[in-house]
Amino acid sequence: MTKDPYETLGLQKTATEAQIKAAFKKLARKFHPDLRPGDAAAIARFKEITAANDLLKDPETRRRFDAGEIDATGAETRAERPQQPFYRDYAEGPGHAAQDGFADSAMMEEFLARAFGDQRGGAREPLRARGQDVSYSVSVAFLDAANGAARTITLAEGKTLQVTIPEGAEDRQMLRLKGQGRPGYGGGPPGDAYVELHIQPHAYFQRKDDNIHVDLPVTLREAVLGGRIDVPTVSGTVVMTIPKGSNTGTVLRLRDRGLRNRKTGQRGHQFIALKVVLPAAAEPDLVAFLEGWTPKHPDTPRKEMLT
Amino acid sequence: MIRLEDLLATTEGLRPDDLARWIAAALVTPHEEAGEALFNAPGHARVQLLCTLRYTLDIEEETLPVVLSLLDQLYATRAQLRALAAAVMAQDAGVQQGIVAAMGADQEAMP
Repeated sequence: MTKDPYETLGLQKTATEAQIKAAFKKLARKFHPDLRPGDAAAIARFKEITAANDLLKDPETRRRFDAGEIDATGAETRAERPQQPFYRDYAEGPGHAAQDGFADSAMMEEFLARAFGDQRGGAREPLRARGQDVSYSVSVAFLDAANGAARTITLAEGKTLQVTIPEGAEDRQMLRLKGQGRPGYGGGPPGDAYVELHIQPHAYFQRKDDNIHVDLPVTLREAVLGGRIDVPTVSGTVVMTIPKGSNTGTVLRLRDRGLRNRKTGQRGHQFIALKVVLPAAAEPDLVAFLEGWTPKHPDTPRKEMLT
Repeated sequence: MIRLEDLLATTEGLRPDDLARWIAAALVTPHEEAGEALFNAPGHARVQLLCTLRYTLDIEEETLPVVLSLLDQLYATRAQLRALAAAVMAQDAGVQQGIVAAMGADQEAMP
């Protein structure tokens, strides 16, 4: 659930650009993760502030948000920033957060809380802390991402993780597996595992948003006379009618044969760009026909290029 | 590793003269390889931190070294604390409790 960006920045809907800028600066100074090294919540808070500012600082996206054309989430995806590491992920030396996502050492925080005045449990119990979060990246075949799949990944330490790749998964999408991180300390709960999906390219299919684009070779006969042909889609082969007189570059659409949108549940379309391919082997009859053929409407396809 | 030119090209808002001044002031130190300035991942992140401090948070140029120096000291102290905490966690429960109890007592003794 994404909060209202005005609320996040503590602003009225009527705020001026200067007020937005000032509010963002004030909150960023307070919550920038590098200025709060021990505060695990600062990262989430800072991301929220940044996303709200990204949405409101541009008058056009702000207008579209105000008009209800985009919601706070949609705009966030649109303006999505690359995963930027914070300096604090490196600043405390190797073996720290760089390998463990953004999890701060819960163990240390708990130890310090115990040592310095946090009296809630009494100092008699052994230390207890949540385990660290861990992050992995997994490479996923294009069609598995398109159709959804269950995958088992084996980690370096021999542990296996069951990962359900959702239908229409996007490149760099992050999945959270609750409780699959490092074990807790002293009986504390385990951390979470974050799995980043890296979708591999496909030999024929190209993804653009929820749509699939494919270049499809057709024979000269199919292009001139039209016909019904088999076409590959991400969900299997379908039969499609090619109209008479199709040409290289003609784009046909197969409705609802694209990818399912994660938010709306609607499927995109498949767009097929035809590419006329001449016969691979010698066709003497075709040659003989063309030699004896006088076109009714002589074409001059290069006319515009040769002025 | 990222080359200086690539860093300039990919970092939003980073001005070449600012980066040159930060390097000259040793706020960030690139590696030198075959006459080329390279930044490793921590160095890259440090430049981004400098950009955030300078451009987003509007911290004045002459205050930057002060902020950076304090942050460096804070991170160094945290690294030491982390090592200490790990050493404590490696001890038996009894030793752990003893240390925690002693630290608590120590703290109460402070004014």
